[in-house]
Amino acid sequence: MSLDRLAVAEMNVGDVEAEDTRPPVRTPARRWFDLGLGVYVKVLILYLLVPIAIMVLYSFNSNPAAATATAPKVSFRWQGLTVAWWRQWNGVPDLTTALWNSLVIAVVSSIVATVCGTLIALALVRYRFRGAGSLEIVMFLNIAAPEIVLGASLLSFLVVLNVARGLVTIFIAHVMFNIAFVAVTVRARLAGYSRAIEEAAQDLYADPLQAFLRVTLPMIWPGILGGFLLAFALSIDDFVTTNFVAGATITFPLWVYGAVKVGIPPQVFVMGTAIFTLGVVIALVNVLGVFRRRRLSAA
Amino acid sequence: MEQHLRADHPVIAAGRHRTRLGKWLAPYGLISPGGLWLLVFFVVPMFTMLMLSLETPVATTGFVNAGYRFTWHVAQFGDALSQYHTEFVRSLLYGTFVTVVSLVVGYPAAYWIAFRGGDRKTIYLFLLLLPFFVSFVIRSLAWQFLLSDNGIVLGTLERIHLLPFGFRIIGTAWAVMAGITYNSLPFMVLPLYVSLEKIDVSVVEAAQDLYSNGREVFTKVIFPLSVPGIFAGFLLTFVPAVGDYVNATILGGPTTTMIGNIIQFQFLQAQDYPMASALSFILMSVLLVGIIAYARILGTRQIEEYV
Repeated sequence: MSLDRLAVAEMNVGDVEAEDTRPPVRTPARRWFDLGLGVYVKVLILYLLVPIAIMVLYSFNSNPAAATATAPKVSFRWQGLTVAWWRQWNGVPDLTTALWNSLVIAVVSSIVATVCGTLIALALVRYRFRGAGSLEIVMFLNIAAPEIVLGASLLSFLVVLNVARGLVTIFIAHVMFNIAFVAVTVRARLAGYSRAIEEAAQDLYADPLQAFLRVTLPMIWPGILGGFLLAFALSIDDFVTTNFVAGATITFPLWVYGAVKVGIPPQVFVMGTAIFTLGVVIALVNVLGVFRRRRLSAA
Repeated sequence: MEQHLRADHPVIAAGRHRTRLGKWLAPYGLISPGGLWLLVFFVVPMFTMLMLSLETPVATTGFVNAGYRFTWHVAQFGDALSQYHTEFVRSLLYGTFVTVVSLVVGYPAAYWIAFRGGDRKTIYLFLLLLPFFVSFVIRSLAWQFLLSDNGIVLGTLERIHLLPFGFRIIGTAWAVMAGITYNSLPFMVLPLYVSLEKIDVSVVEAAQDLYSNGREVFTKVIFPLSVPGIFAGFLLTFVPAVGDYVNATILGGPTTTMIGNIIQFQFLQAQDYPMASALSFILMSVLLVGIIAYARILGTRQIEEYV
């Protein structure tokens, strides 16, 4: 159980079975208890949504005093709706650079981590080999270790080797903390997969590469995609590890953290809202895709 | 295993032009890119960090840092503990508090969604996970704004005299723990939900027939079956909570400094690498011991099984 299932559940909420629940025997007391618990869950969800609502709302808050300022600050007093900040989303050049850095690192590092993690998952599911146990322990430690230790140890390594910190070291760090997450996500998907189909392809004269590209890859593709999305999400939002190995390079979370003391420009909320919307849309498409596939296989 | 045996069948194996050596090497070829990456950038740095923690400064001239030399300076660990034990204890206390609150708050929610969610399970779960899509620094920032001294919550409550004038949340331990708890909740609810959802309804029904008492069904059947979820939830909330320093910076004050703040300061501002390394090493050891102890208490299963 646990981390692999969890990682998968995180990106593929739609996979969770929604069947069963024959209503058990219910006494009136039991019914009140369930009803109360249902209300409680909804209140809890509302509480979790509060900061999201703040972010979205204040990306539309007008602030006449700041409109002409070179470094506008968000006003936390509500002064009416405006789309001005959305139009000037790139009005703070440093912040825009930071966002691009974050996006580039997230895309490149998640691709590399997905390839490495998928290969590890394939090796662990298909073969029994010496060293597999050690590899699993290393991956467990990598996932379980506090992020601050990952960042601190990598920084100590770079200090000892006297390597300059920057975009490349951030990329190295992000691949490092994502490989294990991708591997457990993909492995969870591979668990029920049968080697026999691939062997059938090879018996029909497909060479190993063809068999892999045309048979295995399409079968495990949803798992790979889930792993990639998880890696992307972890990368674009990473603060702690990045802060240690970034040197003078700034990513989006680092910029926001640095601006907390001096005042946040509304553009931060605009970009935050945009990232949020994009993430939700991708997750929904993923969920709907799973539903559609399930309907097709049911038909 | 059946498939592996068949692949080894001499006729099939010969037809596939695969040598034994190639088969033996294949898994190593597959793991080498990722395995090497983890080895070089995760395993080796752990050792360089340990090495760095045993170094002492080369005589510094004024403000210029002349670097460090390896001297087996084990006393570094004693110094680190005696100087920063307050922050260590505080971080462990905050982490424990956050984990317990997340479990108590999250368990009923996971339970209800798993057993009473019906066909809306997916929607509830999706809503619970929405905070993941918002940058974590922005979430803390939103709480800072909400809980600020004259903000919408406190300002309003003071105006209607529900709170004494000058009541503060920002800067207190409560604000820091509330911020970390907010970030931890989805990480706690999700594994709890996964373990509860796996429970076969017929097992619960059998228990209802045998015990008939709702409380006993819960304590003797449902709760024990959800223990793996509790362990995963603990791992995903306690460890990040103890190492957190973003919430302490944004929501806390001078009295809420956590060990993460110290490590970050020593590494990035003070550049006292030996001290910072020793602190990180102690933090990781304490957490690992905690994880293993917790796994032992919860069950006899090997810790690797949870990966």
